[in-house]
Amino acid sequence: MTYLQLENLHRDFGTVKALNGININLGEGEFLSLLGPSGCGKTTALRLVAGFDRPDAGRIVVDGKDVTGVPPNKRDMGMVFQAYSLFPNMTARQNVEFGLKIRGKDKSDRSKSVTDLLELVGLGHAVDRYPHQLSGGMQQRVALARALAIQPSVLLLDEPLSALDAKVRVQLREEIRRIQLELGITTLYVTHDQEEALAISDHVAVMYGGVIEQMGTPAEMYTAPATPFVAEFIGTMNRLESTVVGDGEVEHAGLRLQVAEARGRRTGERVLVLIRPESLELEAATNGGAPNSFNGEVLTQTFLGPVTRVKVTGGGTSLIADMSTARAAALPVGARVTAKIPAEGAKLLSLPDDGPALAELVHDED
Amino acid sequence: MAASAYVWLFLAAAYFLIPLYATLAFSLKKNEAGTPCCTLANYSWVIHNGDFWHTIKISFLLAIETIVISLLLFVPTIYWVHLKLPKLRPVIAFMALIPFIVPPIVMVVGLLRVFRGTPHWFYAEPWGFLATAYVILAFPYMFFSLDAGFRSIDVHTLTEASQSLGASWPTTLFRVILPNIRSAALAASFLTLAIVLGEFTIANLAAFHTFPIFLQYVNESQGFPAGALTLLSFMITWAAMLSLLLVGRKRAARGALITGPR
Repeated sequence: MTYLQLENLHRDFGTVKALNGININLGEGEFLSLLGPSGCGKTTALRLVAGFDRPDAGRIVVDGKDVTGVPPNKRDMGMVFQAYSLFPNMTARQNVEFGLKIRGKDKSDRSKSVTDLLELVGLGHAVDRYPHQLSGGMQQRVALARALAIQPSVLLLDEPLSALDAKVRVQLREEIRRIQLELGITTLYVTHDQEEALAISDHVAVMYGGVIEQMGTPAEMYTAPATPFVAEFIGTMNRLESTVVGDGEVEHAGLRLQVAEARGRRTGERVLVLIRPESLELEAATNGGAPNSFNGEVLTQTFLGPVTRVKVTGGGTSLIADMSTARAAALPVGARVTAKIPAEGAKLLSLPDDGPALAELVHDED
Repeated sequence: MAASAYVWLFLAAAYFLIPLYATLAFSLKKNEAGTPCCTLANYSWVIHNGDFWHTIKISFLLAIETIVISLLLFVPTIYWVHLKLPKLRPVIAFMALIPFIVPPIVMVVGLLRVFRGTPHWFYAEPWGFLATAYVILAFPYMFFSLDAGFRSIDVHTLTEASQSLGASWPTTLFRVILPNIRSAALAASFLTLAIVLGEFTIANLAAFHTFPIFLQYVNESQGFPAGALTLLSFMITWAAMLSLLLVGRKRAARGALITGPR
């Protein structure tokens, strides 16, 4: 059953359409990440839910109640900000206690829930410290405890980890998820980090240009991207602009490939072939053109720990393949290699016949 | 520190201390020429002078009134400008410069004209007319101190955090914003205090009997007590500032620490 519902939300800033009609239905206790590059509208959407901003059109419904016109201090939404949101003049305890004091909770109740919450976020030892005496990660833990203290109907997190070190980021995101599951609280999480979104969410919504490009489970988003933008944004992807040349066959820059998904498509249709780096197989160059193989030269090797990312180039086309570091050692930079492209593992997306070039579609953010 | 730094420090100290010393030496002399040093008679004259206590009380109360009105007026205004109307900030900063640009003599003539016909309790009392003029005079000091204070905190995030926790606007202003701009508000209050305790032109032309008027009167009529009075007023002003500082020191020190690592 839907608990949080965003219905056809629109918000314009001057001529910029920050939100151009987004719809979200989230069940109680679910965790949804709004993912996208800066300027995609994800933070605007979150601020509308929090009540800091009003939509030009559309409704926000929480647990059956329309809250679109309710001011932020009456919405009961817990919010965690990017950084610097703790009240500098109050200790960790006083920060967490603030919302309870405003709700007129009596002292013993307050004291108990504050202690419990600070324990929950792992800061039982630092209750009397001021924000400037806490590290960035600890400050965000206090901010989380403070948002949870008011027992909010929805928990909102606005890139809460973006100002932290990589290691703390990973640790804290797992804790956010653990606490969210433990309390069963409906959560909206904004991030530009796709790895973060995939790691902790029940659902991910990829946003671009004020609309939701695709929404689904992390696995769906990774394995079956519905638009070229999602394919580019989630994970690393080899993208080959191709034309259908026969039943189940496409051509890209003289390279003919068998792709299962191309069956039944119109000959001459422009398509985008998507291949994950981990589904490419590389081996030392073989003579003769086996089907679905691409011959080239190793251009670079990027060591990523257990796997090594190998970039292969030949005939104007470049492909990226991930392989175990041990096997990559046999294929040094400059080596002639053959990449086997699996007919089943490749995805296919239609491209508009006379639309903008793909590069423009995907890269105009950078 | 290099030797040259000490030379400059010495020169600066001399620049400030020599006049003070000269005033002190002068204030310890007797009224009759030729008698040797020293006497405290001039200080006794000041302390036993009813006008001294009367005028200094007026000036102090005026200073406090000006500070209170200015803070009530400018803290919420500058908060709102930072939060909702940032484009208005340069306009207000320009307006804040006007009391510096317009000479007091011009200002007092203008104010007397503007307020002519207002009720007696306002026009003829220092608490009305003079306090109004002093709020205008203090505007630049208030604005630039408070503006710096508001810029040192994340006004938007703190306000939104407070609101999302259920706080109303007044609660947000008094419990979240004000404690974090306390040192700025304190600095603004210092400057206002110093201005009001020393303002002469407007009080004189509008015919109010404040402490600087009394000081000027003594200066013209009795030489040696004037020295004693000058030093005493100097010490009183410093004592007032020190007590203001002590009141806000704990929080102010914390405020300085917070802005450090940001």
